[in-house]
Amino acid sequence: MLFLRKEVFTQVGRFAAVNANASTKFCSLRFAHKPSFTADSYPSLQRDSRYATLNQADVDFLKSILKTEGGSIVNGLDQSTDPSDLDAFNTDWTHKYRGKTEVAIKPKTTQQVSQILKYCNSRKLAVVPQGGNTGLVGGSIPVFDEIVLNLGLMNKIHSFDELSGVLSLDAGVILENADSFLAEKDHMFPLDLGAKGSCQVGGCAATAAGGLRLLRYGSLRGTILGIEAVLPDGTILDNMVTLRKDNTGLDLKQLFIGSEGYLGIITRLTVICPRRPRSTNVAFFGVSSYENVLKAFSESKAYLTEILSAFELMDNTSQRLVDAHSSTQRPLEDEHPFYVLLETQGSNKEHDEQKLNALIEHLIEDEVITDGVIAQDESQLRVLWERREGITECLAKAGSGVYKYDVSLPLKVLYDLVNDTKQRLTDLKLLGESSDHPVIDVVGFGHMGDGNLHLNIAVRKYDKRVEKALQPWVFEWVASHRGSISAEHGLGLLKKPYIGYSKSPEMISLMKILKNVFDPNGIMLPYKYV
Amino acid sequence: MSKLRVLVGVKRTLDYMLKPRINPAKTGVDLAGQKMSINPFCDIAVEEAIRIKETQKDRVEDTLVVTAGPSASEQILRQSLAKGIQRASLIDVGNKELEPLSVAKLLKATVEKEKSNLVILGKQAIDDDAHQTGGMLAAMLGWPQFTSASKVAFEGDKVVVTREIDGGAETLSSPLPAVITTDLRLNVPRFANLAKVMKARKAPLGKLTPEDLGVPIENRLQTLSVEEPVSKRQSIMVKNVDEFVKTLKELKAL
Repeated sequence: MLFLRKEVFTQVGRFAAVNANASTKFCSLRFAHKPSFTADSYPSLQRDSRYATLNQADVDFLKSILKTEGGSIVNGLDQSTDPSDLDAFNTDWTHKYRGKTEVAIKPKTTQQVSQILKYCNSRKLAVVPQGGNTGLVGGSIPVFDEIVLNLGLMNKIHSFDELSGVLSLDAGVILENADSFLAEKDHMFPLDLGAKGSCQVGGCAATAAGGLRLLRYGSLRGTILGIEAVLPDGTILDNMVTLRKDNTGLDLKQLFIGSEGYLGIITRLTVICPRRPRSTNVAFFGVSSYENVLKAFSESKAYLTEILSAFELMDNTSQRLVDAHSSTQRPLEDEHPFYVLLETQGSNKEHDEQKLNALIEHLIEDEVITDGVIAQDESQLRVLWERREGITECLAKAGSGVYKYDVSLPLKVLYDLVNDTKQRLTDLKLLGESSDHPVIDVVGFGHMGDGNLHLNIAVRKYDKRVEKALQPWVFEWVASHRGSISAEHGLGLLKKPYIGYSKSPEMISLMKILKNVFDPNGIMLPYKYV
Repeated sequence: MSKLRVLVGVKRTLDYMLKPRINPAKTGVDLAGQKMSINPFCDIAVEEAIRIKETQKDRVEDTLVVTAGPSASEQILRQSLAKGIQRASLIDVGNKELEPLSVAKLLKATVEKEKSNLVILGKQAIDDDAHQTGGMLAAMLGWPQFTSASKVAFEGDKVVVTREIDGGAETLSSPLPAVITTDLRLNVPRFANLAKVMKARKAPLGKLTPEDLGVPIENRLQTLSVEEPVSKRQSIMVKNVDEFVKTLKELKAL
């Protein structure tokens, strides 16, 4: 049995491998061609002179912090260090940004993080916290020479209470590892996303990642019960509760969740985890129009109620890219303008299948969907998910860059943004078949169940004309519908200038006041966020 | 050219992507509440039969999928019907365990009853990994066998099969009738279309017992115990000496 599994794995299991390691696998392909320095691409960004410049004495002190408990440091000031050792810390996953840090430090304990930040604060050395470095808004890499504080070595799972489902773990635990641990105990992590093989739970918390099943399992803002964080002055805030309810004062952990490192570094968390479902079903539909997609969504909620766990939208362009740049099997022979991936999860196979079959019969008879398939086993299930999760990697392979917009919009107008963007880029003669046109195609897909669209523009190369055509036009479009210019990816460097499209001046002003309270020297995450 | 009457034998097994767990009594794998699916090699056999029907068209007179198992095995038969097999038949054995020899005998009786001239089976099942049924069946029928097929073609009245073997590929041919067992790279099974799945749910199935075929089940093997394999130690690959040293340091081995 073991021999066979290995053999079959080479053909079918690679889908799982691609899925799990999409980010890391792709990063290694990427480093063949380095992006320009962020500082050169964006000359309007100036290094803030209030920050000190790292020197050898600083490095020596940082090394001494790591002496007893261990940890690692990549010292770019040392002539014998290969400068490319810092590439991974300096470059982001989208291959758009590249910083110039001279030092990357990987502590092993919260105490070390505290000492590092305390020192940096006293010296006014800028710091950028980093997890799996899979962020999509350039938030996890330096702009100039900010010190990279990478949480990768703080990767222990501390405890799990099987009765309450509360998991206590370090921020540097890789999401997939946390979930595998929980799988053994019949539970699951309440978050799943494409980068799970590389991203860390601390980074997920700091970006308040939404993922594929927010529709069913909720947001990290609800499932994180407690955190331990280190403030820029080195103070350790211990709010590691394992309680479901605790209404004693202001809920400070909520400030850190989604803060992207602006206020301090999350070092540990407690998360409430649901039972692992016994039965998962995935169906894949071909739909003739966006109106029918909306109808399918409404009917799915009505027929499936509590077992609906994911409702993902993909347009035909995205699926053509998957065909062109991957060997993932096509579930449906014919092409359709839209595709929907629908997933149910529950505790009882027969019950779930009955509900799903009733829904499908209804959708087919009423011609809400044109065609569809249902996964007959686990491997087909993974193929269907790969049609959705593989889009990102295929987009990256299509050209040499992708402009990504992750927006929340009212469901009725969600796809209009894709059509309008395509029209605009065509009218400006930027989208076309020949190499004269920087834009290859405009793609729309996303967590429709959450009203979250991923608008992606694949380009032959990053081109200022395209950027000018898209920004601020996309954000203005979103703001005109009172949408969010960043549904789940966060602000980072990419969207810092645009927060005003989704938040009022009063709110932004208050955020800055809080920043001064937490980080008076402004050492955390400069040039980004707010 | 003779008409083709294709018989596909399929088996319902634990979904091969799931990690099997041994039952507390250590007598076998714990299947309670676990997802069961068609054996992946049998799925490939079904797919190949459908492709033969699609390419050989008028030459294919009949395609029949058959399984021997509990009534829950109906599910894999209906899936095969939805994908394009014309008829399906369940040999109901209740919860009895079946050994490859019994299955081969049941299939022989079916071949004789249905006058099949091409039998396609998976090369082995992912639960017992026995890899015996195809060979036994061919021997009992006195037919040529092509095991672990990675390509199937027809030349006139002959079937031409390529098999992957250590060191390369071997191409054999013979006139029909024949038994073919499928290997992984023969094809990639299609998804069953929803509208057809719905139709197949109401399709009639042939139902037989082993006695109907004149093959009472006699088991000759007794499982003494089933145990977990010894766990393998994880190995870490490194690219060069520097990385080796670095890894040893990170593991605190240096």
